[in-house]
Amino acid sequence: MYNQLIDLLLTGTTDTLIMVGVSAILAFLIGLPIALILVSTADFGIFPSKKINQSLGWVINITRSVPFLILMVALIPFTRWIVGTSYGVLAAIIPLTIAAIPFFARIAEVSLREVDQGLIEAAQAMGCNRKQILWHVLLPEALPGIVAGFTVTIVTMISSSAIAGAIGAGGLGDIAYRYGYQRFDMQVMLTVILVLIVLVMLVQTTGDNIAKQLDKRKV
Amino acid sequence: MVSFGSQVDFSVPHLKIRGLNKFYDVQGQRLHALKDIHLDIPKAQIVGIIGKSGAGKSSLLRTLNGLESIDTGSILIHQQNIAELNHAELIKTRQKIGMIFQHFNLMSAKTVWENVALPLRIAGYDKVEIEQRVSEVLTLVGLEAKRNDYPAQLSGGQKQRVGIARALVSQPEILLCDEATSALDPESTANILSLLKQINQDLGLTIVLITHEMQVIQEICDQVIVIDQGEIVEAGQVWSVFSNPQQQITQELLNFEQVNLPFELSQTILPQSTHQILKLKYVSESKSVPDLYELLDGFNSPVQVYYSQIDSIQQRTIGSLIIGIRNLDFDLNHSQSEKHPAITQLEVIGYVQSTD
Repeated sequence: MYNQLIDLLLTGTTDTLIMVGVSAILAFLIGLPIALILVSTADFGIFPSKKINQSLGWVINITRSVPFLILMVALIPFTRWIVGTSYGVLAAIIPLTIAAIPFFARIAEVSLREVDQGLIEAAQAMGCNRKQILWHVLLPEALPGIVAGFTVTIVTMISSSAIAGAIGAGGLGDIAYRYGYQRFDMQVMLTVILVLIVLVMLVQTTGDNIAKQLDKRKV
Repeated sequence: MVSFGSQVDFSVPHLKIRGLNKFYDVQGQRLHALKDIHLDIPKAQIVGIIGKSGAGKSSLLRTLNGLESIDTGSILIHQQNIAELNHAELIKTRQKIGMIFQHFNLMSAKTVWENVALPLRIAGYDKVEIEQRVSEVLTLVGLEAKRNDYPAQLSGGQKQRVGIARALVSQPEILLCDEATSALDPESTANILSLLKQINQDLGLTIVLITHEMQVIQEICDQVIVIDQGEIVEAGQVWSVFSNPQQQITQELLNFEQVNLPFELSQTILPQSTHQILKLKYVSESKSVPDLYELLDGFNSPVQVYYSQIDSIQQRTIGSLIIGIRNLDFDLNHSQSEKHPAITQLEVIGYVQSTD
């Protein structure tokens, strides 16, 4: 019984880690450029464009207002088209990523926007072009905040992945749903919750530490 | 427009500003921020632009490296008009103009070394040259030992030194200083000012600075430009403007109006008035103070001194006096012709009843 439970949890944890891990990386890679575009195209940004800024903001707001469960169901045709199936770990990555991109983009946008305008002015005065301002000033200065925001994103994704589990994505959420809800097996459910708590705490602590390491504003 | 007077030597203008106008749109209202600015900034001189906050000095400084666009006019550096450059050319030109800021604007995530190296990295210098030049300027500003520290570990004065090193590392011909000492304590201010003076003399750098503190102008500038409501109202050699300020705004900035007198002045002669109170400015071409007796000889009256201040500016001595004379008949206009040649300004500021 115990071996079975451990096997079950191991598979579930691995599935969750793959789901969240892959979608988190994708969300970072796509979300960060979106955040950069949002900040650059804002009114006092380095590349002001009301059109781009507003339409991008619009898309983000729409995506963010759809509850994850609905989003996941709505995306089933798209997921099937990309991955070939709407069940399992791989299929869950698509809605998870799509939900996480705007979430992370907004958080990263806030960190980028908080970079002191004076630093951008100093960079312009020394002859930086726009790309150099992004690379040498905006990104390094906002990095501690971006890392902290990414941590929050991953934690949110862990809980979303549990929702995904409930409609057949696998992972810890799937186990908690099947054993805890459908069979009312308290032991399994509590263990899953415990694993989730440990996972979230690990992510949060690691993220906090990295952000602190990167932040040189107070030494 | 104010003519700049013949005493100002503009023989080698480094920066030439002609007919510059700038407007801002603030909540639908068109604001004339800079009005028809004509200005020559001579090579290797320190030029100070002073004005109250909102006078337009910051905008004017920022037009010089294109951080602010202008609406009409031209800004010429070596016959090249900053206002007409495209983005790529502007970036090239900016690499030859250093700038330092009131709040230093150092990158918090970069070490001292990385901050100073940044202008060279973006300009595409190779590693060996970057290392050599960064070490050079860090030594110049006395911060070689702090090269691996982060800005947060430094004092205000040290941060501004890093700012200066960063501005100098690309060997600019012009250095723009935006209230560079306004956030510093008096001791750091003095240090930074003497560093700027040293750089100006050793490297032959043209320095344009803006400030709201006359102290800064007095200590290091060669020329001063007084700006008020977007307009240049007075300009010239520092000693000349200080000894004979023409405009109300200049006098206010010189703090001369804030002297507390031990009595109430009346604007007109009252029946009980016994004394005239005069404001007097004098200048001496040397560092020695002129003889007070000779200076006050022309008043033909006992003289009481209520206030005296002496400044040494550009090898000259500039004095301000507030005196009371027991002679209500003293005619200012008549005396102008025979007053002591050192006296640059003489003005009746009021009448009082004798206190003795």
